[in-house]
Amino acid sequence: MSVQTVESERAARAEKLEGLGCKRKRVEDIRFTQGRGNYVDDLKLPAMVFGDFVRSPHAHARILRIDASRAKALPGVLAVLTAADLKPLGLHYMPTLAGDVQAVLAEDKVLFQNQEVAFVIAEDRYVAADAAELVEVDYEPLACIVDPFKSLDPDAPVLREDIKDKMEAAHGPRKHPNHIFEWSVGDKQATDEAFEKAEVTIKELIVDHRTHPAPLETCQCVASMDKIKGELTLWGTFQAPHVIRTVVSLISGLPEHKIHVIAPDIGGGFGNKVGAYSGYVCSVVGSIVLGRPVKWVEDRMENLSTTSFARDYHMTTELAATGDGRLTAMRVHVIADHGAFDACAAPTKFPAGFFNICTGSYDIPTAFCSVDGVYTNKATGGVAYRCSFRVTEAAFAIERAMDVLAQKLAMDPVELRMKNFIRPEQFPYQSALGWEYDSGDYHTAMRKAAAAVGYEKLRAEQKEKRDAFLRGETREIMGIGVSFFTEIVGAGPSKNCDILGIAMFDSAEIRVHPTGAVIARMGTKSQGQGHETTYAQIIATELGIPADNIMIEEGDTDTAPYGLGTYGSRSTPTAGAATAVAARKIRQKAQMIAAHMLEVHEGDLEWDIDRFRVKGLPEKFKTMKDIAWAAYHDLPPNMEPGLEAVNYYDPPNMTFPFGAYICVMDIDVDTGVAKVRRFYALDDCGTRINPMIIEGQIHGGLTEAFACAMGQEIRYDEHGNVLGASFMDFFLPTAVETPVWETDYTVTPSPHHPIGAKGVGESPHVGGAPCFSNAVNDAYAFLNAGHIQMPHDAWRLWQVGERLGLHH
Amino acid sequence: MIPGAFDYHRPTSVNEAALLLRQLGEDARPLAGGHSLIALMKLRLAMPEHLVDLSGVDGLKGVRREGDDLVIGAMTTQHDIIHDAMLAESLPILRETANQIADPQVRYRGTIGGNVANGDPGNDMPAVMQCLDARFRIASPDGEREISARDFYHGAFDTELHRGDIVTEIRIKAPPRGHGYAYEKMKRKTGDYATAAAAVILTLEGGRCARASVALTNVADTPLWAEEASKILAGSDLGKETLDRAAAAAEAITNPASDLHGPAEFRAKMAGVMLRRAVMRAQARAKA
Repeated sequence: MSVQTVESERAARAEKLEGLGCKRKRVEDIRFTQGRGNYVDDLKLPAMVFGDFVRSPHAHARILRIDASRAKALPGVLAVLTAADLKPLGLHYMPTLAGDVQAVLAEDKVLFQNQEVAFVIAEDRYVAADAAELVEVDYEPLACIVDPFKSLDPDAPVLREDIKDKMEAAHGPRKHPNHIFEWSVGDKQATDEAFEKAEVTIKELIVDHRTHPAPLETCQCVASMDKIKGELTLWGTFQAPHVIRTVVSLISGLPEHKIHVIAPDIGGGFGNKVGAYSGYVCSVVGSIVLGRPVKWVEDRMENLSTTSFARDYHMTTELAATGDGRLTAMRVHVIADHGAFDACAAPTKFPAGFFNICTGSYDIPTAFCSVDGVYTNKATGGVAYRCSFRVTEAAFAIERAMDVLAQKLAMDPVELRMKNFIRPEQFPYQSALGWEYDSGDYHTAMRKAAAAVGYEKLRAEQKEKRDAFLRGETREIMGIGVSFFTEIVGAGPSKNCDILGIAMFDSAEIRVHPTGAVIARMGTKSQGQGHETTYAQIIATELGIPADNIMIEEGDTDTAPYGLGTYGSRSTPTAGAATAVAARKIRQKAQMIAAHMLEVHEGDLEWDIDRFRVKGLPEKFKTMKDIAWAAYHDLPPNMEPGLEAVNYYDPPNMTFPFGAYICVMDIDVDTGVAKVRRFYALDDCGTRINPMIIEGQIHGGLTEAFACAMGQEIRYDEHGNVLGASFMDFFLPTAVETPVWETDYTVTPSPHHPIGAKGVGESPHVGGAPCFSNAVNDAYAFLNAGHIQMPHDAWRLWQVGERLGLHH
Repeated sequence: MIPGAFDYHRPTSVNEAALLLRQLGEDARPLAGGHSLIALMKLRLAMPEHLVDLSGVDGLKGVRREGDDLVIGAMTTQHDIIHDAMLAESLPILRETANQIADPQVRYRGTIGGNVANGDPGNDMPAVMQCLDARFRIASPDGEREISARDFYHGAFDTELHRGDIVTEIRIKAPPRGHGYAYEKMKRKTGDYATAAAAVILTLEGGRCARASVALTNVADTPLWAEEASKILAGSDLGKETLDRAAAAAEAITNPASDLHGPAEFRAKMAGVMLRRAVMRAQARAKA
């Protein structure tokens, strides 16, 4: 055979595998697109009953009396649980992932509107909803705190009476009864000195407003206690089913092996489904009490107003620089509004998540950041909404601040970024706030992005439009938004990352069957990310087995190995790594079997796509399929039969995906309506497993970023009433409003990940929000508008126009 | 999102429906497409004990011409309005408006009668009906009567309809051939109610505006026929100064609520902006 024929034959074999780099169609979509997914609410068990909550109409009030007698008298009502029922079981409070406790059902006080007060269980959903209206609760309304800047006022009402004397909490001392923690990183003194000496400084309060992940499937569960076996099965919308099992065991006292947690298909999570909620605890208690399965399903308003919000970070951000634009220091102070309980989902040692990635993509010699977490009369959460922990907030702070500085220096924002990027030769790079960035080539990415959109030309066009606007020839202004983000994902190394003491490794268990088919199970849990497709591609390339012959399973804690779940773009960096490592263990054993079969020494074999061949004698080979069969009947002496491996992967470091985004926006000054004319997103997520899925993830993440930047929010009035907790008001863009996304990439593999992959699902959200906001701010910059806060919905931009006197 | 209990009735004639509604009293509501009422029921903001479904009632669907009038059956869906050839020819503003109501799924079920009769200030058709000076034909056990759309609305969900009343059809005198029209609706996303919207019908003669009618959506607790603004436009050259005055007159009669789509002062101003844009589009479409 000619060299060329050999190569095309090899290429054909590789292509058949649909492994790494293949735009393989998502296997899960076969069932999703035909309405054959299996979600929690599809589950119907014999004798199943339904739970529904009685919720507080007040943001802050004392509970004087709860009378459930009318509700209990309604035919079909089986039980009404209140805190008084849970208290003897020690279940009226549950631990949060952030080291706080949260009321399962309110005992003496309610602390946010729609807080859970009683749980009604009835034969069907309709009776449960009717009965919930019949539970009478008398409240004495109290003064409430909505503005987090007022939480620590000396005369502020004390919200958490349950912990008011506990001045030392999970994250150190508290300086006020409404204070949760103070977390600081960096060299304060050196930073202060750098600011004193700085030629140029900027300081801006940059607010990343409160919003909500809003998965289309709300949070829900079915709890079924088998009293004969003493076993509890809990089906739920869990992004981290194994952690949920451990938490259930710890708080219920049931042995962990008698708890079966199952996360079936999940309709989106985006961080909303990481934590534990009152509905889960009440369903479990209800099932234990009644001996019947209890189903609880949140409605949309409950989802938006009670389970895990995101953001609400008020970031006073300062940069110091030389007169020619070289950054010398960064200082940030954050007031973090956590709501009524600290139920923020982050690695336990990081009360402000990885906010200390806020130095971004820049070589900033010294920095200091501190975060004060405070209680307010709002719903709990602070979850990572399509991002790694608090990374969207951090990226927003630095990327917005860079533009503010650029404007002050009268420098182009791209030029300022190029001047300050960490240089390729500086990787692995030690940031001033303590991270070691694994790899990057920021200059190349930025240059490629600028060239792709014709950046210079756009600026020229903008100048013309600005002049035309000033001459009164147009009512439209043009903004060009630039952002360059660095994410920190893949939590994380056991040296600093744990949740409730469990190190944040993840796992894969791979079994090769005699015919060469494979089943693999992971500790993560897809909510739409396409794990069934992509993990199979990793194994396909590592083992030379077609992806179609590999089945991926997740979500059943009885069968899957323990893992910490899917959020913070951690699946590829952790379980994806475990998958590759486990597959390599199998390949190692396969090599020994192949050597035995071919009667050569192991060292005489080389791997060739889907087979081991004898070096120099390519016609002498054994395919992985041959070897799988042999693993069950023709083994070297003393070798264990079978072909399987497990790996629990403790990553040596985080991974640091990055990207360069550019947005072109046109704003109608008279209505404040902003139209995205063009959005270009270059992402570098290291090795690309499935380019089609990456593109899909980027489309989704950009759409959510667009929503957040342009109007999506959870707002409260001054009485703590939550406004807009329905899709009538909460901005969830449809296909009609969603801009067209242009995607692009560079590839800078992670040096420490087995296949060099970094994770990508959340990058577009992290990089997207500041890009939209920078575009809006850039549009108004020539009118000296100053920093314009997100969200940028039409009425707010119209108000900017009013303030600037642009309307006649 | 779970409605309270209710009984469901499905009469087959207008008379039977009207009698049922009269008999069942205040706790009964007629059900057309259900796209406002059912949503309110799921939120328990409406808890009728009886629903009288009009979808089985004969003769409430379709579009016909009677002399100068176009007559639209109350149970005609927005989808049917969009695809009706006679309306496309004679009353294109209805198609333009219906196309901006919610999304295709809603338009398949939602009816023009339900849209005008419910009294929700967010609905789009009421202002268009006022702009066109439409009349609503109402059946009741006491007989039939007609009410002008401009007299029909008293407040949010408060209309001329009494117990036992059913809007059976809408009668509109078609504007002259070659008229200009526009329904300009500002909304944040598909499916949203208007932040503000303006309906305009005008005719041109010799380059000037001969007649004009303007009405506004969702900037008060009822639709608003902007009589003063209409007068300012009629007989004018539709120049900038005229538009400024008409917009100011329209803004002056608004009384919008502040909500997540914007504070009151913004929504009032948007009524003016929508009016200007609607007039300019109608002018461009009109044949002089």
